[in-house]
Amino acid sequence: MADFNVNVRGVGSVSVIDVKGYLDAHTAPQLENAFNQLIDGSKYKVVVNFNDLSYISSAGLGVFMAYVETMRENKGDIKFSNMQDGVYNIFDLLGFPMLYEFYKNENEAIEKFKESISK
Amino acid sequence: MTSKTNNINKELTVKSTTNNLAIIREFVENIARESGFSKEIVSKISLAVDEACTNVIKHAYKFSPDREIKILTQFNDSKLTIRITDSGDKFDPNLIPEPNLKEYHKQKKVGGLGMFLMKKLMDEVQYLTLSGNQNQVVLVKYLA
Repeated sequence: MADFNVNVRGVGSVSVIDVKGYLDAHTAPQLENAFNQLIDGSKYKVVVNFNDLSYISSAGLGVFMAYVETMRENKGDIKFSNMQDGVYNIFDLLGFPMLYEFYKNENEAIEKFKESISK
Repeated sequence: MTSKTNNINKELTVKSTTNNLAIIREFVENIARESGFSKEIVSKISLAVDEACTNVIKHAYKFSPDREIKILTQFNDSKLTIRITDSGDKFDPNLIPEPNLKEYHKQKKVGGLGMFLMKKLMDEVQYLTLSGNQNQVVLVKYLA
């Protein structure tokens, strides 16, 4: 069984999703649930912290593609942080760096949201 | 410890459910490691096989859970061949265009990414139709 965990935390007006373990076609629905709950709660500023994620397949990448427009249409975004090289390489292969922001750490990503608010 | 053992043939048959993807990856990773591939390449091979099997579960079997996926591996002359066989709906890879990634993201269309990744991760990807209404994806990686 693939071991996967998703946890959502609020940091001010930003929601941080911690993903842990293996994100594949079996576990992707758990991440979809997390996004659906955020949208239900009108929370559109999202940072996904990948620190503990060891594996991602296209089923996992597809979740971000499915939700990013909704977030952006509502003055939010999905930003990524703390990604391991192996996981980043897969995002890179599929062209994500052209359209998504990647940060070394979570705080940088959260700060970016604050900057866009103060503008 | 074994490394670069020649002529390893192994087989795994599992039911067509996504919770078997972890078992499939572990099976393939062990074989790739035993064949002498680096950790980085082992991960690539494992992901490619995950994508192939996910496609079988989603598209060939349409999430019907009691069908079978057979994975056959062969390591010979520095060449690892992985054959993934199903008896579900036939699939024509030519109908799926190579995605233009920028357009792809805009279209919000989620699908076809697995095929694209498989091509990027493996040295050869081939789709075959076998007798008895079976489909086979053949993935090849060479030990550099």
